Amino acid sequence: MSLLTLTDVARAYTTRRGLLGRSTEVRAVDSISLNVTAGRTLGVVGESGCGKSTTGRLMLGLERPSEGSVLFEEQPMPAPGTTEWRALRKRMQLVFQDPLGAMDRRLTIAQQVEEPLIIHGIGTASERAERVAALLVDVGLRADQAARHPHELSGGQRQRAVLARALATDPALLVCDEPVSALDVSIQAQVVNMLTDLQAARGIAMVFISHDLKVVRQVSHSVAVMYLGRIVEQGDPEALFADPVHPYTRALVSAIPVPGPRRIPRIVLTGDPPNPADRPTGCAFHPRCPVAVARCAVEIPQLRTMDDGRDVACHLAEPQARMAA
Amino acid sequence: MSVTTAPVAGSIGATRRKRTKVPVLVIVALTWILGIILVALLADYLRPYGITTLDLRSRLQPPAGFGGTVRHLFGTDELGRDVTSRLVVSIRISLMIAIGATVIAAVFGTTMGFLAAHFRGWVEQFVLMLIDFQASMPFLILALSVLAFFGNALGLFVVLMGLYGWERHARISRGLAIAANAQGYAAAVRQLGAKPLRIYLGHVLPNIASTLIVSATLSFPEVVLLESGLSFLGLGVQPPMTSLGNMVGYGREYLTRAPWILLAPSTVIVLTTLSVSLVGDWLRDRLDPTLS
Repeated sequence: MSLLTLTDVARAYTTRRGLLGRSTEVRAVDSISLNVTAGRTLGVVGESGCGKSTTGRLMLGLERPSEGSVLFEEQPMPAPGTTEWRALRKRMQLVFQDPLGAMDRRLTIAQQVEEPLIIHGIGTASERAERVAALLVDVGLRADQAARHPHELSGGQRQRAVLARALATDPALLVCDEPVSALDVSIQAQVVNMLTDLQAARGIAMVFISHDLKVVRQVSHSVAVMYLGRIVEQGDPEALFADPVHPYTRALVSAIPVPGPRRIPRIVLTGDPPNPADRPTGCAFHPRCPVAVARCAVEIPQLRTMDDGRDVACHLAEPQARMAA
Repeated sequence: MSVTTAPVAGSIGATRRKRTKVPVLVIVALTWILGIILVALLADYLRPYGITTLDLRSRLQPPAGFGGTVRHLFGTDELGRDVTSRLVVSIRISLMIAIGATVIAAVFGTTMGFLAAHFRGWVEQFVLMLIDFQASMPFLILALSVLAFFGNALGLFVVLMGLYGWERHARISRGLAIAANAQGYAAAVRQLGAKPLRIYLGHVLPNIASTLIVSATLSFPEVVLLESGLSFLGLGVQPPMTSLGNMVGYGREYLTRAPWILLAPSTVIVLTTLSVSLVGDWLRDRLDPTLS
């Protein structure tokens, strides 16, 4: 069952250069369709500025899409700030990249974890205290750390506290926006393992936004690769990382550090990621693509389903059945 | 386990002790403020004479110990009015104006700042326009015109003084609230489903209170001085009522012959504003749990 459905969602921002400059439209996210299934993890990868975080914010209803629709449990997402939207926060939560910034530094960990329960009127004071204690155990914090302030904890412990707060209302959906990129590598592994354990135990659907392909591969049941606001390839993580079809995904996968000698050569992309305000015509990737043909500069490739069930947006990727014919 | 937890517990105890220890200077300042407030509250019982009672035979009498008598402890002014009595009543009036005005400025400014930060759009533009108007208009001219048109009641004067400095609070609270809304704790709490009132009063206000308190302790002395200035121009507190600024203003003419008329209220102004600043600084540190 699909918990969250995004259909042809776009988010455009208008910017203006200077006082008299012409206003230009930046499409941070452009006609994206995604499905999040209950109890599964969707990984979203891409380089900085490709619209990953905007996609996460659209999923949570923190921003209104300029085009397209966002459905949560078959219901349209209410406008941010409305009573229905606030009530829906109980069902979906966000885990932030910077745990220190996401916490009120004047309150103790226990007070912050209790806050969503107070906001949504869950339980009596003693029930809430019990629940907070149980949550802290679940995320691996010690009982004495409940009375600490955020600045007295380490980065990993803070992220655990943020997670406990997000889980307090038993949400059905958890959007993790770069949850481990601010942590050092040894702590990253701990937090990632804890996330997958908690997800399995509670059956939460998770959207894992990251630029770290190894982590995404480890946690995801399905992966979407984004480039300049569009999904270029989407499918099963094992198949996608083992045999990437889209040239951009190929370049990304070849950049994953591997121990020992490389089996596949490293593809180094030339040029910088283009400015979203001035997107190239046709396929946005064609100026950097090593295999681009004339058609790529003219026509925007649409997502098409390959034989193994994955979706690819590239003119050169043909379903094998057709290639064989 | 016990080996690792023992020093942690010890260090927590140490920081608690360090925090509860109040610096001597702050104790002195707090005592002074408390004394001033007591004087203001008990002014009617403390003053030995009425503030308009003339003693024409002992005009311009120096304070006790400088050639004066114990009858007029801080001397008398040019009309033989007792400086002690006038000082006591002046403290009450000035303190009332300064505290009232600072509170009005802080509450009004912070509210405007939060409204601007929350609604953005035209509400923010309107508030910013008011701020710019306030900042570009010399306040003295504004005060002059208001007092000239509406007359001079004490209540109106307090409200007018309250308008002074509100734009600083509005700017600070708007900026900090926008910053908190954009990425920090306020966005997180909003994302938890909290109502705006809970976000602004429960989270943003306590977090920016330290900055606002410092700002208020800055504007408190300014209000005292502004009140003095206006009273000196004859637009503030009107005789026969008296205030600290009023006393300084009228005592100026006798600076060379009877400096005590001016020195007594001046000393009170300096010590009070200094004390408020010291206490504000100390409060700022106390209110911040990350500093210990």
